Amino acid sequence: MYRYDEFDHAFVSSRVEQFRDQVERRLSGELAEDAFKPLRLMNGVYLQLHAYMLRVAIPYGTLNSRQMRMLAHIARKYDRGYGHFTTRQNIQYNWPKLSDTPDILAELASVEMHALQTSGNCIRNVTADHFAGAAADEVADPRPYAEILRQWSSVHPEFSFLPRKFKIAVTGAERDRAAIQVHDIGLHLKKNEKGEIGFAVYVGGGQGRTPLIAKKIKDFLPERDLLSYITAIMRVYNLHGRRDNKYKARIKILVHETGVEELTRQVEEEFSHLQESELKLPEADVAAITAYFAPPALPNRGEGWAQLAGWKKQDEAFARWVNQNVQPHKHPDYGMVTISLKPIGGIPGDASDVQMDVIADLAEEFAHDEIRISHEQNVIFPHVALADLEPLYRALTAHGLETANSNLITDIIACPGLDYCALANARSIPVAQEISSRFGAPERQAEIGELKIKISGCINACGHHHVGHIGLLGVEKKGAELYQITLGGSGDEHTSIGEIIGRGFEPAKVTDAIETIVDTYLGLRTGKEETFLAAYRRVGPQPFKDALYGEAKAEAA
Amino acid sequence: MTDKVLTANRLSDGIAVWLDAAGHWTENLQDALVARHAEAAASLEAIGKRDFADNKVVDVAVIDVEETNGVLWPTRLRERIRAAGPTMNYASGYGKADAAFIAV
Repeated sequence: MYRYDEFDHAFVSSRVEQFRDQVERRLSGELAEDAFKPLRLMNGVYLQLHAYMLRVAIPYGTLNSRQMRMLAHIARKYDRGYGHFTTRQNIQYNWPKLSDTPDILAELASVEMHALQTSGNCIRNVTADHFAGAAADEVADPRPYAEILRQWSSVHPEFSFLPRKFKIAVTGAERDRAAIQVHDIGLHLKKNEKGEIGFAVYVGGGQGRTPLIAKKIKDFLPERDLLSYITAIMRVYNLHGRRDNKYKARIKILVHETGVEELTRQVEEEFSHLQESELKLPEADVAAITAYFAPPALPNRGEGWAQLAGWKKQDEAFARWVNQNVQPHKHPDYGMVTISLKPIGGIPGDASDVQMDVIADLAEEFAHDEIRISHEQNVIFPHVALADLEPLYRALTAHGLETANSNLITDIIACPGLDYCALANARSIPVAQEISSRFGAPERQAEIGELKIKISGCINACGHHHVGHIGLLGVEKKGAELYQITLGGSGDEHTSIGEIIGRGFEPAKVTDAIETIVDTYLGLRTGKEETFLAAYRRVGPQPFKDALYGEAKAEAA
Repeated sequence: MTDKVLTANRLSDGIAVWLDAAGHWTENLQDALVARHAEAAASLEAIGKRDFADNKVVDVAVIDVEETNGVLWPTRLRERIRAAGPTMNYASGYGKADAAFIAV
């Protein structure tokens, strides 16, 4: 993985000391809140319902055991013994004192981490496929390009005061696991017919109150032109993006209002001035960054095949975990392991300090010291020998980390919701917990198959409800929580925005409604191989409306 | 007029606090000073502005409460959760909010 050079160390350390001075001046009264608030936000410090919240960047979701141990240490020393991994591949602490935040940032800097650009109207943490560098279907590792974008965008003077926040995601495979079509810019790494690396460029996707799927404006952008083309997009956005209305300020609105043809023309025009500029990526620099992401040496471990078969035969729970949470690796003797942070009835994305330490230890012992955070709020070990799966599983079991539910109905994405968030209108976590408990039986989950439920506690959609196969949006109606259900959303290479199925449900009735939807699906699917999403795309909303509301009521709704 | 209390978050650690009768910021809503008429509510607002300007607290707000059997109960769910904490068991050693208090 990427290692800081002297410039990076000096840069991050100077930012920590700058913030320390700002916090001291705020606490002494020298700085007023209005002046301080944008400064704390630039350093990832929010104020939520109960306390401050610190959002720490995990660039493209990649970290090592030393860094994970530091996250555990911070949870233990400065917080309440846990952290929350987010849909942006970051981690949030819910209870830090403002007065402690400079020390926390200094500790993070000691392991090459920071909280810069995790808030504000700037280019945020660049996200990537959590299986990057390991997936069998990958054209190239997206992380070097995400790192190049991170370096280019860090405190970029031209792009630090954009009309609104800006999110870039990169995938290196046809199978999109980074949800690139619901990002401001989505990059799909591919090879042309000559075998050269480049990108399909998508612009103007996003969720929030106006969910829109990104438009492809370039089918193949050569690697060398990455920064000049992205700069061209940013310039067009910075110039024409709306600053008069916060709710219309994202680039998706600009793309929508300008029209994709005209926007593409503007971008190409700007690009024509930049293509041969200093932004052209030198091959040597790309190679140097790529070298940081070279996969670990993975010796052949062919003995694992027979061992794995034997273990699976002996232990049904282990077999279930392997089938659900282990994906094929590009090396046949290895697997990519999802460590679920979705225990049945638990809080999606939360991990205790002890669990984080355990994950760090196990990454060193079994996973070549590589850890990823997925945007689905789970932890990934991208390189585990099949021969090590059983001891890894045993160790995970001792700490409640062995839930075999990757991509199943209990693998729920949920934002912090009204239990923490100052923007939320309704709770998300307790809803997720109740659904998880209702459907927690392994046999039942297996019977239902792949089903992604995503829950947001407000229209900002941090819980990605628009792209949930089943999405839940919490709203406040007459002072009470109400949950609107959407069906048919998807955040992959066939991205779709879920459709509102009808009137909302009170908290006590949401889980029953989900059960009705699931039972309806089970009753109409052509067979077990037809997933919920495929079935929904085949039959449309009507059978689900009928089941939820009755035919007459559905028409009224 | 609906009864009102003054709430904010403490500057140094962000913890939710309410103004008590002695003019101190308390972590317990039940110790809050209740304004029962317009002049008292205006006084709360003035104190809120003053303590914000004095850098004691941030995010100051006057909120509606009902008093039943001696218990102060914020009208909005958001404020009940602010007063009682997250509504699920979120961390070892920290209890969840009382469900009866949170319920509508």
